[in-house]
Amino acid sequence: MNTSVTLAGVTFKNPVMECSGTFGSGMEYSEFVDLNRLGAVVTKGVANVPWAGNPTPRVVETPSGMLNAIGLQNPGIDVFCERDIPFLKQYDTKIIVNVCGKSTEDYIEVVERLAQEKVDMLEINISCPNVKEGGIAFGQNPKAAFDITQAVKKVAKQPVIMKLSPNVTDITEMARAVEMGGADAVSLINTITGMKIDINRRTFALANKTGGMSGPCVRPVAVRMVYQVAQAVKIPIIGMGGITCASDALEFILAGASAVAVGTANFANPNATVEVVEGIEAYMEKYGVSDIKELIGAVR
Amino acid sequence: MAKFQEVGTVVSQNSLCDGIYDLVIRAQKIASEAKAGQFVSVYCKDASHLLPRPISLCDIDKNSGTVRLVYRVVGYGTDEFSRLASGDSIRLVGPLGNGYSLKNKRAFVIGGGIGIPPMLQTAKELLAGGMAKDDIQIVLGYRDYCFLKEEFERYGVVTVATEDGSAGTKGNVIDAIRACNLKADILYACGPTPMLRALKAYASDNDIEAYLSLEERMACGIGACLGCVCKSKDVDDHSHVNNKRVCADGPVFNAQDIEL
Repeated sequence: MNTSVTLAGVTFKNPVMECSGTFGSGMEYSEFVDLNRLGAVVTKGVANVPWAGNPTPRVVETPSGMLNAIGLQNPGIDVFCERDIPFLKQYDTKIIVNVCGKSTEDYIEVVERLAQEKVDMLEINISCPNVKEGGIAFGQNPKAAFDITQAVKKVAKQPVIMKLSPNVTDITEMARAVEMGGADAVSLINTITGMKIDINRRTFALANKTGGMSGPCVRPVAVRMVYQVAQAVKIPIIGMGGITCASDALEFILAGASAVAVGTANFANPNATVEVVEGIEAYMEKYGVSDIKELIGAVR
Repeated sequence: MAKFQEVGTVVSQNSLCDGIYDLVIRAQKIASEAKAGQFVSVYCKDASHLLPRPISLCDIDKNSGTVRLVYRVVGYGTDEFSRLASGDSIRLVGPLGNGYSLKNKRAFVIGGGIGIPPMLQTAKELLAGGMAKDDIQIVLGYRDYCFLKEEFERYGVVTVATEDGSAGTKGNVIDAIRACNLKADILYACGPTPMLRALKAYASDNDIEAYLSLEERMACGIGACLGCVCKSKDVDDHSHVNNKRVCADGPVFNAQDIEL
């Protein structure tokens, strides 16, 4: 059976990766899962300089999900290139580097720096709801999304995935904007902005007041958006949002995703990614699917 | 240090007092690697409550391959755990965090409230490491009921403070240390942040080393998500932004290294 998929000329041994920010650069999870089993490792967002992130509490559980407002804490591109890329090069998996920034220049600086590095794809985060300037500022306005995509594409040496926010009126408009800007792929969904109030302390559960909601509670929204985007653009889609097991992942694939990413589920089960890989193989075996490409977008 | 995802089997569970439970779990791999000050991620059976609950290890028995968790019911997860009975299964990841690096020095072992349980294993390891019982000064701060107190007496000299004055010194652990004129050369502690803050100041005033175990809301529990950070004096190894990860770099820190 063939589980490999090709996105923008990059071939992945299987369509399973994990969502940026839930997995670090794979170091911590490598004690639980064999990274060689994954189609790709998507790193936590990296900026041009270190970011300290938001005050704590940064995370809280919600029904069938959670809110986070980490605020993109990261060591900056220098440490990342010295430490995280060599770590990931030890494994037979593709490397997708998630890039964050506060301005167009920030993004460009990171993308230019990565041009010399042996990484397979870039994922541009224009959809983090937890950082005031940058991030989401680019992700809720089609013109801004088009501009940043075009600017990144001019300097990028690797294929570019634009990561889309669900916190918009029409996700297809955003997908079309980045496709027109030259994006090689889109990934969706990032988290949905939410809030939880601690009634005993009579304050916000998160120091940032709002946070990004993820986990199984967002999955129907994510599947719907992946389906809509699949009808709207020609570039491939990496689907994510509440995937915990192979059945969840297959919903996204059937809705039109060429690859899938496991996020919050890693916290509930550190082995979740590999279980999704194995579950997809079992599904293909059961239904006699010889090539996973038969499943991509099969539901219309 | 190896970490494991392991389905443990409940050996026993008892209520120590209102809302505080004592759960013994057979989890051989975790027990074989664990030490004082470490914790485990405990998972709910109800998958809609998806984040693990970090709970400190109160006791580790490497012979029987068991770990013991003494915890307070504070929400859905701990309420679910409180219903576990002998023979039930429970999913764990651990042992997590770095625990206490114990030194052969006259020690304060200090616990406050639900920060008391991990200090039992700490005192046990100090005594097992060859220290004299008189050199292990255990100071416990309670609201009222003195859970685990008799067990602590096996491993050191116990002094108690209670908020309501029903036992020992009326007040907190610092009040008890002062009232009883206790002295030590190193301090290991776990408890609420105001207590840790006071102990950091006490240690600084008395020029003794202090190792404090912190608590923070966690998601992954293994150092990947950066949900549970604390402010550190020095640049941290992970992100180089003076944010140490409570789960992976702690939960025990040298008091001088962190801001409270």
